[in-house]
Amino acid sequence: MGYINKQRNILDFTLSSLGRRKGKNLALVAVYTFVIFLLASVLFFTHSIKKEASLILQDAPEMTVQRLVAGRQDLIPKRYIDSIRKIRGVQSVAPRLWGYYYDALSGTNFTLMANKDLKDRVGEIIIGSGVSWRSGTGKGKKAIRKNDIIPFKTYDGSALPLKVKGILSFSSELVTTDLILVSETDFRKIFAIPHDHATDLVLQVRNSKELATIAAKITQRHPDTRPILREEILRTYDAVFDWRGGMIIVVLSGAVFAFIILAWDKATGLSGEEKREIGILKAIGWETSDILLMKFWEGAAVSLSAFFMGTFLAYLHIFLSSSILFEPVLKGWSVIYPHFRLTPYIDAYQIATLFFLTVIPYTVATIVPSWRSATVDPDSVMRM
Amino acid sequence: MFERKSDIFFIYLTVGVSLICLIFLDAAVSQRLDREAVRERREIVRVLTLTDLCLFTEARYTRHPTMADLNTPFQDHPVSLEHFPSGAIMAVPPHLKTQMQR
Repeated sequence: MGYINKQRNILDFTLSSLGRRKGKNLALVAVYTFVIFLLASVLFFTHSIKKEASLILQDAPEMTVQRLVAGRQDLIPKRYIDSIRKIRGVQSVAPRLWGYYYDALSGTNFTLMANKDLKDRVGEIIIGSGVSWRSGTGKGKKAIRKNDIIPFKTYDGSALPLKVKGILSFSSELVTTDLILVSETDFRKIFAIPHDHATDLVLQVRNSKELATIAAKITQRHPDTRPILREEILRTYDAVFDWRGGMIIVVLSGAVFAFIILAWDKATGLSGEEKREIGILKAIGWETSDILLMKFWEGAAVSLSAFFMGTFLAYLHIFLSSSILFEPVLKGWSVIYPHFRLTPYIDAYQIATLFFLTVIPYTVATIVPSWRSATVDPDSVMRM
Repeated sequence: MFERKSDIFFIYLTVGVSLICLIFLDAAVSQRLDREAVRERREIVRVLTLTDLCLFTEARYTRHPTMADLNTPFQDHPVSLEHFPSGAIMAVPPHLKTQMQR
């Protein structure tokens, strides 16, 4: 009981001491909170998007085969299908027809894809929910609805009006927002793609362990092809939002350096006022250990306040406000952008990482200079 | 009731810890509620044979990073520098590097 009372007495004193420098400490907590908010926001966003990608793309094609001509992806001849199908272990090979369509009216790039369900429905399309908003033209821009007509400009400049027969669900926006599904006939009419060619091929194999062997056999038979495995697709999204790459490291390093400056300022020395306070406390009988305890509580009070607030605000930012601060960066020059709400995938490891990266170094940085001041003669400290 | 400052501090700490617990609770509930939507997205990916998330629509190599080449960002002009903002956010897909080494 005596131990707890001692701690509480020291804590009472520490909080009063912090209160005497209210302005400075509130500013410190605000900056510290912002740094943790940024770190936690990046951590939550990247982890959740990676998790979401790994869940959704689990059913992506097992293997996609592209053809490369002069270093660029080119149309693949359909005759490749037969020779690939003959490879032992290949279950099915299907051609895919897809590409990009620039809509000059709305200034948007859409992904156009031929769909086998629309095979006998020439003149009809199914659109993603982002397309329905971006395709509207004129002053009173309205969302495109079912049975509306969207005119497409074909390769020779002529117009091809296609009727919207369906809009893909809003919940699938993360994968379909800019997608327009058309019939194969209309796709070939728009882009003048020969009937014996496809954009790429998708494969299904009997045993997924044989994927690498089959991929090697394909490149042996057709050296101008490039197989992309599902495992590589999954790894891409793991790497694309890796904290060590791209803009994420810029945001992270900015926040980390701000935090290092903050901790460094604390670690390199105490203000004259703080040193005098330590001297007086020593003179009236405080032990060095009591002073270190006081400084520990000071560091803990500041860093824990910032940690709880920063983490909670970051959670609200990413999962309830759909990353509103990151949105301009993520949108870039995109005209069409999915309005998705990320599913919060967080774990104790993330919170623990954040805690050990922020709270512990700051608390230690607060104690070290105090230990130096607390071990010198109180008289000389007070005279400084 | 709370005469001492340490009492208020401990209440504040309890509220902080509760907020972190609330985060985990909310995440668990949201994951359960979103399970059906995730299943639907997975099914769309399977049926339509999609390969990428629709995150950045400004450039084709950021719209479909898994299908892109290393040279795609630079093919508009022999000395053109990569200029789309999303190209700066994303790291290079790892399979492109390994394929270059092969």
